[in-house]
Amino acid sequence: MQTERFTVGVLVNNHYGVLGRITGLFSKRGYNIESLAVGTTENPLYSRITIVCIGDAYTRNQVVCQLEKLHDVLSAALFSDEETVITEHILLKIRTSGNEPNALISDIILRFNGKVRDFGKGFITAETSAAPERIDAFIEAVRPLGILETCRSGALAMSHGNSDLLQIPEA
Amino acid sequence: MQYKGAKLLIETLCDLGVDTIFGYPGGAVLDIYDELYLNAHRIRHILSAHEQGAAHAADGYARVTGKPGVVISTSGPGATNLVTGIANAYLDSVPLVAITGNVGVSLLGKDSFQEVDIVGITQPIVKHNYIVRDAAQLEHTIREAFQIATSGRPGPVLVDIPKSVQTQAAVYKGFSEAKPKPANPMPDLTEAAEAICAAKRPYIYLGGGVISGGAEKEALEFARRISAPIGLSIMGLACIPYNEPLNLGMCGMHGHYASTVAQSKADLLIACGVRFSDRATGNVDKYRANCRVIHIDIDRAELGKNVVPDICLQGDVKAILTGLLARLQPQQNPEWLAEIEALKQHLPPPPADTFTPQNIIRAVRRHMPQDAVIATDVGQHQMWVAQHYPFTQTRTFLTSGGLGTMGYGLGAAIGGCIGSGRRRTVHFTSDGSFGMNLNELATAVSQNLPIVTVILNNGVLGMVRQWQTIFYQQHYSHTTLCRQTDFVKLAEAFGAQGVRVTCIRELNAALESSPDSPLVLDCLIDMDECVFPMIPPGGCVEDIRIH
Repeated sequence: MQTERFTVGVLVNNHYGVLGRITGLFSKRGYNIESLAVGTTENPLYSRITIVCIGDAYTRNQVVCQLEKLHDVLSAALFSDEETVITEHILLKIRTSGNEPNALISDIILRFNGKVRDFGKGFITAETSAAPERIDAFIEAVRPLGILETCRSGALAMSHGNSDLLQIPEA
Repeated sequence: MQYKGAKLLIETLCDLGVDTIFGYPGGAVLDIYDELYLNAHRIRHILSAHEQGAAHAADGYARVTGKPGVVISTSGPGATNLVTGIANAYLDSVPLVAITGNVGVSLLGKDSFQEVDIVGITQPIVKHNYIVRDAAQLEHTIREAFQIATSGRPGPVLVDIPKSVQTQAAVYKGFSEAKPKPANPMPDLTEAAEAICAAKRPYIYLGGGVISGGAEKEALEFARRISAPIGLSIMGLACIPYNEPLNLGMCGMHGHYASTVAQSKADLLIACGVRFSDRATGNVDKYRANCRVIHIDIDRAELGKNVVPDICLQGDVKAILTGLLARLQPQQNPEWLAEIEALKQHLPPPPADTFTPQNIIRAVRRHMPQDAVIATDVGQHQMWVAQHYPFTQTRTFLTSGGLGTMGYGLGAAIGGCIGSGRRRTVHFTSDGSFGMNLNELATAVSQNLPIVTVILNNGVLGMVRQWQTIFYQQHYSHTTLCRQTDFVKLAEAFGAQGVRVTCIRELNAALESSPDSPLVLDCLIDMDECVFPMIPPGGCVEDIRIH
C-alpha cells in the first residue's frame, strides 16, 4: 500500500502522563510520528494534539481506532488535505557576517512572510508560520547562508468550515 | 462519611460486589491489609506465594466467574511481579483490577525504597491505569477502574495508591459519578444477512469474545440455523460443547484437521469475537483467499487489523447474533456438511491404552465431573489439552492464549477453583512450565483446594524442542532439562500428595483414590512426542503436517 503523510487531531484529557500514553501507543505499535504539537484548549480540562504521521491506508485507520481506545482520548480524527487548514511555526537562527540583517536575508524572510525576532553579532533569528512544505522551502532558502539553529512547532491543524471534528464535550 | 483511603478502598470494593481478592502484603499496602484484617468477614483474601501467582489467580477467577478479578500487591518488586500477569490478562482480554501500593506522595519520584513507576511500566499492557494522588479521587477512580475493566472489550486496569493516600481521609460517597459509556449502536445487518443467505459453504469462527459477551447460546443457535460448522480459537474453546456435531474444535496452527481444512474450503467466514491471531491464521492472504469474511467484534480496532473483512459488524456479539437470528430462516447445506463429516473421519483415533498425552488427557477426563475447571500452562501439553479435552461447559478452560505464559496454570487453577466454589480442578502442565511457578503449590495446600496437577513430564522443553526438530536440524539447544527434580517428593514437601505414573492403569488408580486436596501426578511421557497437526508459522492449510 502507498505510504504517505497524514494528519491526526486528538482531543484528550489535560492530565499529566496523557502525552506519554499517546506516544507510547505510537512506539508500541510502530507508527511513525513526523511531528507532534500539543496545547490546552479553550477549556483547560482538555488538550488538543496534532500528530503528523507517515503510513499507508491501513496505518491511517489503525492509528485512529487505537487512539480512540485510550481512556484519556475523547476523540481522534483524520484531517483530509483538502478540508483542513494546516500550519506550522518555525524559529530559525541564521548566520550573518555583520551585526545587522543584510538585504539578501531580509529579502528571503520577507518572501516567506517572516519576521526578524532577534539579531546580533553573527546571527539573526527569524520566525514564520506557514504550511509545513512552505517551512521546508524556507529552510532550504536560507541553508546556503548557514543555519545555526531551527526550532519547529510541528503542524497544527483545523478542519475547514464549522464541522464538529474534535468537539469539546458540554460541561 | 469520612474514611481514610484504605477503608474507602475496601468500602468501594465491597459496594462493587468484590468478595475475593488475591494478593501479597508489603510495606506500601500495610494500611490496606489492616483494613482487610478488620473486614475479613466481607472480603476473602487469598495469600499467594508470589505476586505473579496472585495475578494469574485473579485472572483465572475472572475467566471462571465472569466477574473482574482483583489482585493487590505492594510497591516496587511486588508491583513488578504483577507485570506478566497483567500482560497475560491484556492479551486475553480478561477483566482484572490490579491494586498496587506505592511510596507516599512526598517520596514519589525520588527513587525511594521500593518505589517504581508501575503506571509507566504497565502502560502498554493495560486498558488504563491510574496513580491516585489524593484520597478524594480514590472512590471515583476505583469505580471507574472496574467500569473500564469490564466494559466493551474487557481488560486489565491498574490503580496505584501511594501510602500517604491510604491514610488520608476523604468523603465516601457510596455511588458512582462515572458516566456509563453509551451502548454500541446496532450496525445494519442487511448486507451480512444477505451474504449468509447466499453462502453455500459457511463457516463460523468463534473466539473469546463469545464467552466474554455471554453469547454461547446464540452462537450455537446461529450455527444450527444456517447449518454451518464451527471452528474455535483457543480462547473460544469450551464455548460450544465438544459433542455438538457442528463443532469441529480448535482451528489454526495446531488445530483439528477438519476444523482447519473446512475453514480453507468455506465460501463465507463468519468470525465472532476473534482477533485473527497469527497462530490462528498462518499466512493471512492465503487464509482468506477463497472466502468472504464477516467480522463481528466489539473492538473497532480489530476490524481490519489482521484480516480485512468484507463486512464489519462492530458491537456486542450477543446483540448482533440475536439480530441476525431474527432475520435468518433455517438453511440447509447437506453437501457441505457431508464434506465436513468426511473431513472429520480423516484422522484415525490414537491406539487405546498407550501412555500418550492424548490418552492421559482422556483418562483424566473420565475421572472428572463435567463442570471441572481445566487450567493449563503453555507448550505441547497446552495444545494437547486444547485438542483432546472434551469440554462441555463454557468458562471451564483457563489457558494463556495470547501471551503464552509458561507458569500461568497453577495460579489460574487456584483462582478458577476458588471462583467456581471449589469445583474439581485440573492443572495440566509440563516439567518445564511447572518449574516456573510451582511455588503456588503452597497456596493450593494452604487453601486445601481440590486441584490435580497433571505433569506431562518429558524431561525437555517440548514445544521448543519440536521446533528444533522440525526447523533447526535437531539442534537441541538448551531444551534438554537434565534435571533431577523428584516431583513426588516435591509435592510432599509442599504438603500435597504426589504420585508417579507410568501407564494408564496407574493413572486410573491414582485418580480413583484422589483426595479433595492438592494432588500432583508425575506422568512420564516420551520426549519425542510432537503436537500434530501442525501448520508451520506463516504457512497455510496446504502445508499442514499430520505427523
